[in-house]
This record gives sequence, C-alpha cells and structure tokens, in this order.
Amino acid sequence: MAVIRCRYNMAPFSVGDRKRPGPDRRSVEISKITADALKPAVFLEKFPRSTIDVFIEILEAEGGTRCAGITAASVALADAGIPMRDLVVSCAAGKADGNVVLDLSEDEDKEGEADLPVAIMPRTGEITLLQMDGHLTSEEFDKALDLAVEGCKKINEIQKEAIKNRYGEENG
Amino acid sequence: MIFVEDKNLVVPGDVLADDEYHTGRGTFREGNKICSSLVGLVAVRDKKISVIPLQSKYIPKRGDVVIGEITDIRFSMWNLDINSPYSGILPASDVFGKEKRELNKAFDIGDVLFLRVVDIDEVKKVKLGLKGRGLGKFRGGILIYITPTKVPRLIGKKGSMINMIKDETKCDIIVGQNGVVWVKGEPEMERVAEKVINMIEDQAHTSGLTDRVRNMLYELLGKEIEEEKEDVDEEVPEPDIEE
Repeated sequence: MAVIRCRYNMAPFSVGDRKRPGPDRRSVEISKITADALKPAVFLEKFPRSTIDVFIEILEAEGGTRCAGITAASVALADAGIPMRDLVVSCAAGKADGNVVLDLSEDEDKEGEADLPVAIMPRTGEITLLQMDGHLTSEEFDKALDLAVEGCKKINEIQKEAIKNRYGEENG
Repeated sequence: MIFVEDKNLVVPGDVLADDEYHTGRGTFREGNKICSSLVGLVAVRDKKISVIPLQSKYIPKRGDVVIGEITDIRFSMWNLDINSPYSGILPASDVFGKEKRELNKAFDIGDVLFLRVVDIDEVKKVKLGLKGRGLGKFRGGILIYITPTKVPRLIGKKGSMINMIKDETKCDIIVGQNGVVWVKGEPEMERVAEKVINMIEDQAHTSGLTDRVRNMLYELLGKEIEEEKEDVDEEVPEPDIEE
C-alpha cells in the first residue's frame, strides 16, 4: 500500500494579523484530515512501497481554505496521473446570522454559529470528510449537509473543466 | 451502453460504459459500471474500453528496456534511478559473472546505463540486467525526460517519428520505455532534437503531429519546407471509429 502524506501550511502573510510561521495545532489537524479525505479515492494498493506527498501552501486565507486545499489537491493528483476512483471535492456549509449558508467567509465563520466542512466523491456521493464546529439542530444539520453536497457537485464541474482546459479545446 | 466516444478526454471518476464492455488499463469496474481512473483519452477496441493517460509515472514491467542513472553502490549491486517511484537494482553478478571485482571500477555513481528489466517481485523490487544487444553504458550525450505514456508517440508507427528526427539531426537517439531519452550528436543538433522531443511531449495528444514535427525540424535546421507535402498532409484527419 502506498502512503499519502500531506502538509498544509499557511504563509505568515496569508491572514490579517501576521501568523507565526511553521506548523501549529490547526495546520497539523488540517494536514491529517486532508490526507484522510483523499485516501479513499486513490488506488493506494496499486503502488506498494511508495509515498504520495501533497503540499498545500495557503497564500491568502479568507475562510474555506481546508476545502479549497482538498479540492485543489485532488485535481493535482489527477493531473499527476495518479489513478483514482473519483475526484474528491470539498465545500463547507454553516450557519451565520441564524441562516444556513453555503461556503462561509472568514467573518461568517468567526461570527457565525456553525461551520460544516464536507468532502465527497461526487459519483457515488461517498463522504470522505465531515467536520462540524459550533451548534446546529438536527434539521439545520440535514439542511446544511444537503447544501454542502450540492455545492460540492457544482465545484466538481469546475474541477473537471480545469483539467480538460489544460489539454486544449480540441478534446474539450 | 457506452457513454463516451473514442478519443474523448475523461477525468477520474467519469462513467465510461456499463457491464457489456471489458475493463482495459486506466479503468475500473464499480458495480455494473466501468469508470475511468485517470486523466486521458478513451480508446475503444471491440468490447474493451481503456483510457490512455496523458500523464503518468513509469511503473516497471518485465522485459522493458529502460535508461537508468546509478545513484548508489552497495556491497554486491548498484542502485539505479529509473525515473519511477521504484528504484532499480543491478546485481554485480550480472556484470562480472562469478568474478569478484570492485564495483566502482566498472560503473560509478552518475553513470547512465541502458538496461533491461529482468524481474519484478511483489513488493516492486526491480531487478535490471545488461544482457542483450545494445545494452550497456552511455558515453556522453544528453538526457531528456518525457512522460512514459508518450514514448509510443515519440517513436511513431514503426519508428517513423524517431527515425525522422535521427535522420534530420544526425544524432544517435535511444528511447527508454521509462520516458528517458538519450541523445548524442553535434551539440547544436542535440539541442534541436531536445526542442523537438519536448514539443512532441507537449502535443502528443493532438493530431497531425508528424507534419508539425517535420516543419519544426526544417525550421530549426534552416531548410526549405516542401510546399506540396505540407498541403497534402495537413488535411488528413485522425481516423474516426464509428461505434
């Protein structure tokens, strides 16, 4: 079995107040969940005794960087020619100002009541990442999850387009 | 039922066909559907559906001829980088037979060798050998790295593409199955060959490539482009297969 290693790192200038460089508790967590979110999609058993490294560098953060990281990493794996069952796509939903909303911004995340990042494999709808921060009633949770999945499917179209655009129009 | 056409560009997870087709390389079966596992072009042959990847890493196969660079010398073998996730080993016995000699006298770190993949075990330990015609150490020349799946395109039908480059640049060119290309000739000609090979890699998935390569070669070598030939060949479309 191959191993997926992931490193999520934020540049010191990526946020409003300068962030101390280097891994912190948050980035270690996101590194782990990114690797876990990608793992089910990759045919790891095809590559015994090997490692796949994923590096995510956040240059500018305004909410939703873990989802953006997962989404971009799966496109990068596909582009590198690594066999996968499906692309992995991620999007967050949450609750801000009493409303269930999709893709929270930094302010909505900080001031809002809840944040719910979700990653799925769109063909089967399998969930590879589900986190929740804050409080949601079970109805709100269902609503937010449906909303996030819907958002994921939209982003998946953009992922496919991005890969196809790389190889010119004639095959688009 | 088939959901794609020959030569369509697909991405991982795209559903290609259902049960009545067979899975080729670059595809997998899930339930009663056949899906793509790679970014590549669909190839349908009879009832077999496969995806030719546009980008890949070299996975060693027994019998392949590859170009490798020595990265380490151990007690009784050399370690080689073969442009793959897996490194190769060349046992000393393969070179010296039963004789005992110092390994670094024969090949040193950094030497580039043309080898055959003799055996691969279940943990992908790649054994290499030097037995065969033309196998051995390269002296001089440059190395060019391309995506392994584009090797057939670089060689062309019965070697047409590679022979054209060889003839025009008067270089010796050897292509390893692992996507490493060795070129030796006049320094300017090596550079021309490198440019052309990189162009082939960039445009391997497009049609009418041979003509563009010929034109590029003539341009780089300052030759006249044969007018009639260009006109005739430009119009030839890629053969379409009706399904």
